[in-house]
Amino acid sequence: MAKLVKTEDEVMLGDAARGFLGDAAPVSHLRGLRDGGATHDAGLWREMAAMGWAGVLVPEASGGSDMGHAAAGVLAGEMGRTLVASPFLSSAVIAATALKQVSSDRAATALAAIASGEATYALAIDEGRKFAPEATAMQAVADGNGFRLSGDKCFVIDGALADRLLVLARTGDGLTLFDLPADRAGITRSRTNQIDSRNSARLHFDRVEATGDDVLGQVDDAMAVLRPALEAGQAALAAEMTGLASGAFDMTIGYLKDRRQFGVPIGSFQALQHRAAHLWCEIEVTASAILHAGRKLDEDAGNATLAVSLAKARATSTAQLAVIEGVQMHGGIGMTDAFDMGFYMKRARVSAEWLGDYGYHAEQVARLRGF
Amino acid sequence: MADDLQTYRSELRDWLAANCPDGMRDGQNGEAAICWGGKNWTFTSDAQRQWLENAASRGLTVPTWPKAYGGAGLDRAREKIFHEELTRINARWPLQSFGIWMLGPALLHFGTEEQKRHYLPPIARGEIRWCQGYSEPGAGSDLASLQTRAEDKGDHWLVNGQKVWTSYADQADWIFALVRTDREAPKHKGISFILIDMASEGVTTRPIRLISGASPFCETFFDNVKVPKTQVVGEINRGWDVAKYLLTHERQMISASGQAMFAGRALGAVLGDNQDASLRAAALKCEVDALAVGLTLERYKDMAEAGTGVGDASAMLKYMGTELNKARHEVLMSAGGSDALEWDGKAGSQAADWLRTKANSIEGGTSEVMLSIISRRVLGLPG
Repeated sequence: MAKLVKTEDEVMLGDAARGFLGDAAPVSHLRGLRDGGATHDAGLWREMAAMGWAGVLVPEASGGSDMGHAAAGVLAGEMGRTLVASPFLSSAVIAATALKQVSSDRAATALAAIASGEATYALAIDEGRKFAPEATAMQAVADGNGFRLSGDKCFVIDGALADRLLVLARTGDGLTLFDLPADRAGITRSRTNQIDSRNSARLHFDRVEATGDDVLGQVDDAMAVLRPALEAGQAALAAEMTGLASGAFDMTIGYLKDRRQFGVPIGSFQALQHRAAHLWCEIEVTASAILHAGRKLDEDAGNATLAVSLAKARATSTAQLAVIEGVQMHGGIGMTDAFDMGFYMKRARVSAEWLGDYGYHAEQVARLRGF
Repeated sequence: MADDLQTYRSELRDWLAANCPDGMRDGQNGEAAICWGGKNWTFTSDAQRQWLENAASRGLTVPTWPKAYGGAGLDRAREKIFHEELTRINARWPLQSFGIWMLGPALLHFGTEEQKRHYLPPIARGEIRWCQGYSEPGAGSDLASLQTRAEDKGDHWLVNGQKVWTSYADQADWIFALVRTDREAPKHKGISFILIDMASEGVTTRPIRLISGASPFCETFFDNVKVPKTQVVGEINRGWDVAKYLLTHERQMISASGQAMFAGRALGAVLGDNQDASLRAAALKCEVDALAVGLTLERYKDMAEAGTGVGDASAMLKYMGTELNKARHEVLMSAGGSDALEWDGKAGSQAADWLRTKANSIEGGTSEVMLSIISRRVLGLPG
């Protein structure tokens, strides 16, 4: 396997992304969206697409930059650092990976639309409080040559703005993944007010018509398409969370150096130094699991489950520690809305749940490690 | 390149098949299975002796050292293959020692050509066993306050003082030690790194019995010990630089040896049919963390090879690796229940291993010292 050191290209990509996002989408950008009642900046996403980010996993033949999963992780990490609100994970990572599992003109066209930024996607899986794709209950009942989908989906990230939806539903002998336009008759979308100020929706399906053409992959075999897409999404989300942890950590270290109490910087107190050092160790260890998951997806995607679940489990515990310590070490100001740390804490909580929480991914590790 | 590596792997595989005795393929690498070498060493079996000789003849006791000093001159890719192939056949390490882990790297970096040629090959062949003389009764975490002194007597140094926690000093042939050579200088600036033959007149040792029942550590006393002038490594009064460099290796070694244990056996197998939910959760957290720390060890090796300095960040490996090892042994003890409470006081029993891990986060710099190193030198927090 390629080394667990970022390549020159990956370092350059990360530097470029940090430079761009630092100007175009610092945390104040997310705050501005929230204060204006918005969850998305279409102009920002167009710029990201123009830089090849929307097509990071799209083959060059479909107009993508095809940089791979480790590179997608580098980008996601930089987005996490400043809490960039964009459909990157839903569209550029999850939907693109799902579409890549299918070789058809239709899929190639859809991939091109993702890479150009013309089309955004959302993944509609969850129906209850916890991530459990195998337990999907929504029915897609055979009807003539097609299906009728009825039921409800929740926690559909980017679901209120996406042009298209990937919907998981139960068919005769298994699960099937549908690729539907979000404005298909019978779909009702309600945007939710999510703590992280990002786009999310509840969806209601009332006898929504789907044809054979709307099926992504094979009927009753959703996982062949969905599993790679989920793993790509989980790895990139884990990378985003680790970037988030680093962003919160940098802010905290800055505060420890600047803030003075009892006549000295509070960072000179060993009680805080050791906690900060411990947090740094956790972030450093998690960063290894992130890079490893990206490499594994690029080189041996069929056997990446352990690497991906390890990354998501570690990223979840690390990001949560980073924001909890971040607020505590900032003291009172950390609790104020005027200060950015709260945004980090809220996004960390949402990311912890999305695509499987610590317990879900630790169980994957348990299964694959003989527990 | 890939072809070369494949060729190396297949040649190595053939060589191991012919040269690693069956008795050395039991996957045992715990304390009781270690071959330490040295003049006082009693081989536990002919197979152990044969494996050491065979490996040493190919430089494979110290695979990355230059051939001129008894190594095999392997690059990182080949070293990795060597480790993979050893693991594949469940082979024990042919030789482990403080000479390999600590003194060797320090000599390779700071030693004169003459010192390298004189001291390194006997380490590689397992002929001379070294111990480390750092801590003193009054100098633990505050190591630089050490008081053992070496006086310049013209043609030799005269050493007087006491060291403590000198691992296996009663078995060792030589000791590398930190001694004060300038009592006027600031404490870090008056220390030298010196090599002393344990057979010298005036050197005595006394074992310290630990809570684990074992006595791997000793007190070592120096009473007017004469040491030739050629036996200082690096510059006089700059021994702290050597010690720091060496501690970095020690930290990596301690975390790596912990890691070797995680690699072999997943904790799930240990739990068996135990359904205790909180124990299972603790075991699972250990497993997740161990896998990630293992990858971090790989990443840091890759960084070191790529020329990206790891430096003080190695304190992280030491801290995380040893704390994890302690947590893992708590899980093992809990899984073992009352069975795990019986012992014969020898190394190798579960209880003895569990107790021994408690020293992991003390020796080579405590966890708290590691965190202080990180906060000051890596994070730049004010002292």
